[in-house]
Amino acid sequence: MANIMIRQADSGGLVFYLPKRDLEASIESIEFDSTAKWGGELKLDNGGAYYIDPIAKPPRLPISLRARRLGAAED
Amino acid sequence: MSTLSREETEALIAEVLEVYPEKARKDRAKHLAVNDQSIEQSKKCITANRKTLPGVMTVRGCAYAGSKGVVWGPIKDMIHVSHGPIGCGQYSRAGRRNYYVGTTGVDTFGTMNFTSDFQEKDIVFGGDKKLAKLLAEIETLFPLSKGSSVQSECPIGLIGDDIESVAKKASAATGKPIVPVRCEGFRGVSQSLGHHIANDTIRDWVMGKRDGQPFAATPYDVAIIGDYNIGGDAWASRILLEEMGLRVVAQWSGDGTLAEMMNTPKVKLNLLHCYRSMNYISRHMEEKYGIPWMEYNFFGPTKIIESLRRIAGFFDDSIKEKCEAVIARYQPMMDAIIGKYRPRLQGKKVMLYVGGLRPRHIIGAYEDLGMEVVGAGYEFGHNDDYDRSIKEMGNATLIYDDANGFELEQFVKRIKPDMVGSGIKEKYIFQKMGIPFRQMHSWDYSGPYHGYDGFAIFARDMDIALSSPVWSKFVPPWKKSVPEATQEPQEAA
Ligand code: SF4
Repeated sequence: MANIMIRQADSGGLVFYLPKRDLEASIESIEFDSTAKWGGELKLDNGGAYYIDPIAKPPRLPISLRARRLGAAED
Repeated sequence: MSTLSREETEALIAEVLEVYPEKARKDRAKHLAVNDQSIEQSKKCITANRKTLPGVMTVRGCAYAGSKGVVWGPIKDMIHVSHGPIGCGQYSRAGRRNYYVGTTGVDTFGTMNFTSDFQEKDIVFGGDKKLAKLLAEIETLFPLSKGSSVQSECPIGLIGDDIESVAKKASAATGKPIVPVRCEGFRGVSQSLGHHIANDTIRDWVMGKRDGQPFAATPYDVAIIGDYNIGGDAWASRILLEEMGLRVVAQWSGDGTLAEMMNTPKVKLNLLHCYRSMNYISRHMEEKYGIPWMEYNFFGPTKIIESLRRIAGFFDDSIKEKCEAVIARYQPMMDAIIGKYRPRLQGKKVMLYVGGLRPRHIIGAYEDLGMEVVGAGYEFGHNDDYDRSIKEMGNATLIYDDANGFELEQFVKRIKPDMVGSGIKEKYIFQKMGIPFRQMHSWDYSGPYHGYDGFAIFARDMDIALSSPVWSKFVPPWKKSVPEATQEPQEAA
């Protein structure tokens, strides 16, 4: 489990940020994206994937969450 | 010398890599690349923020340098104790030229060196007592200091001193914030982690200390984040923002104070200049206080105008109008400078090797002068820095990450730039090779380079460096061509 932060990109999409490793990547897809259920598997543009427990869609970004890495560590 | 083509640049990299033993070659190959603007993600072509290869002469600094030297050091009304042996603080003392106003030694302490001067017995028996004594002494000798920070050097982490508890006790005794910073030099691969650690300690020990307290806010409050006022940079930026009708509440951290930092959560917008060293705290403020942040670039008129307009975009029409007025007011001055220097500098080629932001930020300023950046690299940049740089740099430009002395020398020999911009460690190598050089960390005793006023100085400095008569004196008289040698013998000088 690692602390991550999700923020709104200027271009509209979501950005994933992992402070521990200073890793910044765009989120290509998010498993659940509705008001009631938001989160699940996050696919990153660098090939990595993380899982966050689905929550109600946060009213404001950025938000810090706990995430679990799926698969091997990416660069 | 014409610019190298993609193939030539690739060949050059291959040639430089040849001298390494196989394992080292494999490692270094990942850090050298030819720019390709079509790539979206830099990690496809370059690896960054990795441990330096043992045995090569890196140019990087340590985490202590990132925390004490960069982030904490310029906060002028605090005392930053270099906790550990004396050298780390003394050899880096006042080297960054962070200008500030105040009476040094009375209410400001920027250029002074405070250290616990560890001796053998402190290493053996621990230095906590010494630290406690020192913090008490500071309070007696410098009662106007607003607080202290304890910047750990390597031995502190190795012997396991408990600086947190000492700081807590001392803080309770004096009633001033005393911030323990675990920025031992061995942490991380470069000064970059030191920036991060320093940002985190500011978050934990400074931010939020004035939450809920009254503050006379205006809708136009902004903070300058990540400008260290080198040679007056932050001042040259600040006046532009003020002319535009904004109120600059805090400068982080050049010429900054503790109170300014504590008030920053009240601003409406954080303006981030050095992304690499202070994005952490901006992210934190965005999440906790909902303050948006934007990166801006005040190097050279093109980028300044772009940035001013984007900043104004966050505010109402009165600011937008004033922003246009500012741009219009300075335009004649910029035209005059470009008119004067561009003909002299047109087409000159520059290679840059700087820290974590300037290689990309400064490209615009060179281009405004008609110069071209033919090689660029970061000492301690991360991949997101390279992501941001790819589009700024020309195709087939050479990029190097954490380059070492040997590589830089080889690149410069082959690319033959008209000028190199890097730090003090590189300066004399290149000057002795006969290549004009400017220090792009500390502006070579000059500055500011930010803002409109800074651009005037920047242009002049580049011209001075390139046009200096000294470059024509590289061939000694006895090696000059024959007709000159056979002239009448001159009187001995
Ligand atoms: S690496 Fe350690 S000993 Fe060296 S300057 Fe940094 S803190 Fe001091």
